[in-house]
Amino acid sequence: MQLCDRSATELARMLRKGEVSSREITESVLKRIDEKEDSINAFITVTPEIARKQADLADRRFRENKRVSPLNGIPIAIKDNMCTQGIPTTCGSKILENYIPPYDATAATKVLQTGAVLIGKTNMDEFAMGSSCENSAFGPTHNPVNLERVAGGSSGGSAAAIASGETVLAMGSDTGGSIRLPAAYCGVAGIKPTYGRVSRYGLISYASSLDQIGALGRTVEDCGLLLNVICGHDKMDTTSADIKRPDFLHSLRQGVEGLKIGLPKEYFVEGLDPHVKDQVMRAVALFNEKGAEIIDISLPHAPYAISAYYLIATAEASSNLARYDGVKYGFRFSDEIPGLLNMYQETRSEGFGKEVKRRIMLGTYVLSAGYYDAYYLKAQEARALIKQDFDEAFRRVDCMITPVSPCLPFRLGEKMADPLQMYLVDIYTVSLNLSGLPGMSINCGMVDGLPVGLQIIGRPFDEEMVLRVGYACEKMAGHG
Amino acid sequence: MDYEIIIGFETHVELKTKTKLFCGCAVEDGAPPNTHICPVCTGQPGALPVLNKRAVEHTIRAGVAMNCTINRRSRFARKNYFYPDLPKGYQISQYERPFCENGYLEIQNDEGRPYAVGIKRIHLEEDAGKLVHSASSFEASDYSLVDYNRSSVPLLEIVTDHERNPLRSVNEARTYLEKLRQTLIYIGISDCSIEKGQFRCDVNISIRPEGALDYGNRAEIKNMASFKFIMEALEYEVKRQLKILHSGKEPSQETRLFHEGKKITVSMRSKEDAPDYRYFPDPDLVEFEIDQEFVEQIQEGMPELPDQKVNRIIKDYRISRKDALILTKDRDVSEFFERCAAFCDDRVRLSSWMIKDLFKLLNEAAVTIENCPVPPKEFSTLITLISKGDITDQIARTVLGIMFETGEDPESIITRRGLKPIQDEERLERVLNEVMSENPEAVKKIKEGMTNPIDFLIGQVMKKTEGKANPKKVKDLIHKKLSPPKQS
Repeated sequence: MQLCDRSATELARMLRKGEVSSREITESVLKRIDEKEDSINAFITVTPEIARKQADLADRRFRENKRVSPLNGIPIAIKDNMCTQGIPTTCGSKILENYIPPYDATAATKVLQTGAVLIGKTNMDEFAMGSSCENSAFGPTHNPVNLERVAGGSSGGSAAAIASGETVLAMGSDTGGSIRLPAAYCGVAGIKPTYGRVSRYGLISYASSLDQIGALGRTVEDCGLLLNVICGHDKMDTTSADIKRPDFLHSLRQGVEGLKIGLPKEYFVEGLDPHVKDQVMRAVALFNEKGAEIIDISLPHAPYAISAYYLIATAEASSNLARYDGVKYGFRFSDEIPGLLNMYQETRSEGFGKEVKRRIMLGTYVLSAGYYDAYYLKAQEARALIKQDFDEAFRRVDCMITPVSPCLPFRLGEKMADPLQMYLVDIYTVSLNLSGLPGMSINCGMVDGLPVGLQIIGRPFDEEMVLRVGYACEKMAGHG
Repeated sequence: MDYEIIIGFETHVELKTKTKLFCGCAVEDGAPPNTHICPVCTGQPGALPVLNKRAVEHTIRAGVAMNCTINRRSRFARKNYFYPDLPKGYQISQYERPFCENGYLEIQNDEGRPYAVGIKRIHLEEDAGKLVHSASSFEASDYSLVDYNRSSVPLLEIVTDHERNPLRSVNEARTYLEKLRQTLIYIGISDCSIEKGQFRCDVNISIRPEGALDYGNRAEIKNMASFKFIMEALEYEVKRQLKILHSGKEPSQETRLFHEGKKITVSMRSKEDAPDYRYFPDPDLVEFEIDQEFVEQIQEGMPELPDQKVNRIIKDYRISRKDALILTKDRDVSEFFERCAAFCDDRVRLSSWMIKDLFKLLNEAAVTIENCPVPPKEFSTLITLISKGDITDQIARTVLGIMFETGEDPESIITRRGLKPIQDEERLERVLNEVMSENPEAVKKIKEGMTNPIDFLIGQVMKKTEGKANPKKVKDLIHKKLSPPKQS
């Protein structure tokens, strides 16, 4: 096993013991990028100079026997929708192709301050709109497990880079499943924390009330390690929660004995690939064997989640993306036709991809006079009911288990012609964003050589439970 | 048929805060372009707004001053439209649940009676940047530049109610605007400089037959840079709409632009073309909760409002309502008056000298009372000297002029310039004797009991002494010498 294929937890231990240097790990990762990046396309920008410099700095901190964070010297990739000062941040879009932020996202600052080594900025669906990582202006990301298959989206680059050894850790963002879905498809671990856990300052907004930064890693413990660093209240983001952050690694090994695990029946109905279902149910049976109590529950408003999500997310997006107008930064279309309106129209027509334009138009329609009540307000009502379902169910159970995706990783191009089919891929993940709940994707088996992801849903701000159950699942599946 | 005019205002007021509404950038008028900007107020991708609490305080203060209901829960909304001075493509404003609703502002109506003009809402929003065109307009320009220094500066929007005690004449509209501006300056939340664009109005006007239940179609007028233009626009608009109504037609609902040169309004866009701003709650800003304690604190710390001050000044200083109204029109003037009154018992003379003489000097020199070179204490000393009869009005005026020019105190001016009144009775008597022998006719008349020639003789004495005689003493002397009938 090469250094770039090891877990962050293991590498941190080796670094601490002086068995390996950060520079060696970093070179191993950069070599892997040289070998595989052409076929995977996990990155929009690779930052080898910065990585080597930071690795050397990290090694010096070890030599000087300074107290260092477990992330010191560990390679990390950041999704290209988090602002990094002086490093291009494109959000997977032509409209931001030449955008270099004048500031760092809070989460990026936190990670880099701990001494983590920035490998690069990962590929993504444009403005995080997509479930397959095919909507990037810089080409799709291929699934390292099977290059014919999609990596999942929108944080496809982050998940694929971990799966391929092109990074050790990665940050992603999740608006409707964008961490969990690619984690499931690439067979890695990924957690979307509770809304408000991680500051959104510097995360390029898609849908502000749903967006949340989270962690992807090779193991559950790796995710906890990264989460420990990026969480916390930020006065620059008034939606970030002002509550104490626990040590997410603390209760990792407590097992599932005595836990009440809920199975929402609405998540196991028609539309779910039976092979996927089998793998999830096999894991559930194992939990039961380990002493967890399995309880059937119902989330009656679950069927409205996809509709509510696409109304609210597109409404917010239509407004969030209005700033890309060619005036201040990024792409500006210029030709002989003068006039402000022309500049706006051509800049946005040329600068945005098809799916982004589709969602801007949808969202504009949703917020229009005369339709606002029927669409936006109705969707908000549905959202409240969906959340209420979870609140009630969580009186009876400690966590819930569902599949992450109704299907296995599909072929590149397979669903591109039918947006509705693509939207349905998010059917099990969007409810958590609508309710603000934490959720994790962990591999629970393989079907035809393709990974199956299991989703663990926790109470608000109970990421500890999610990680604990995820860790148990990992151990049962023989990972880690 | 009689018609009823209904006028409504949407007034935008720039709040006096150190920093912008949603970021820490300084608010500074006249700074070099784009020197007070950051990722937040230039709409960089990923930047988020953080609310300035001081601006909320100011808003609540305005709400309390205008007797509004303060909403316990308020929220911000996005107003979506494209323009280069609007960096995010939306303005953060308020729509549902603004901070303050359903208040009133008392004015004197056209019949001279108190009238509580309905205030529908007061909300907080951010200003846009400023466009600088290479020519006179966007369309005519080769290029346009944007200055984001003003972007996200806090603005208060005060909207009158067209249903509950609306403004019903151009004169009432003027009175309302003056009172609004005065009130906002009094509570210290804005300088309300019209020239600096800190006080900007959109006005709407509709006319309906007296007693009608439905409102007439409303014309909204934009682009008026001063009170004068607002009044001119309203006067024109009243005439224009009445003319349409008299011809049996109906004015259309539209937005009109005021043309300063021609003093007319022209149609800008019809109701059908009105933009759809797609308001929705801003998901980047959590709902703002205001507890009763916060409102009570503001109520307790509320400065005196104009009406309260007028009444108190009349009561405390026993000056006329007319003078009190003049002295309180400007808060700084009223404060100057009160500082003077602390050193001076003759408040009636004080107010009269301020209004007549000091204002004249200030106006001529184009100086505001804040920068008045005459300190209140010394102004009071001057008034006291007059009251005691130590100097005449005439000398006092000369002294005040010198005080205003040099900043010297009155007593040293009087001493140094030899303006000290002649107290020496013998010397006065000598001068009086001279005057009497030169004016035997007057002396005769006084002896016969006429009083007018007394003043004449005093005037002559003043002339001979270059105004330095104490007129009271001269009068006493005349009485003593000529013993005319006792005066009451």
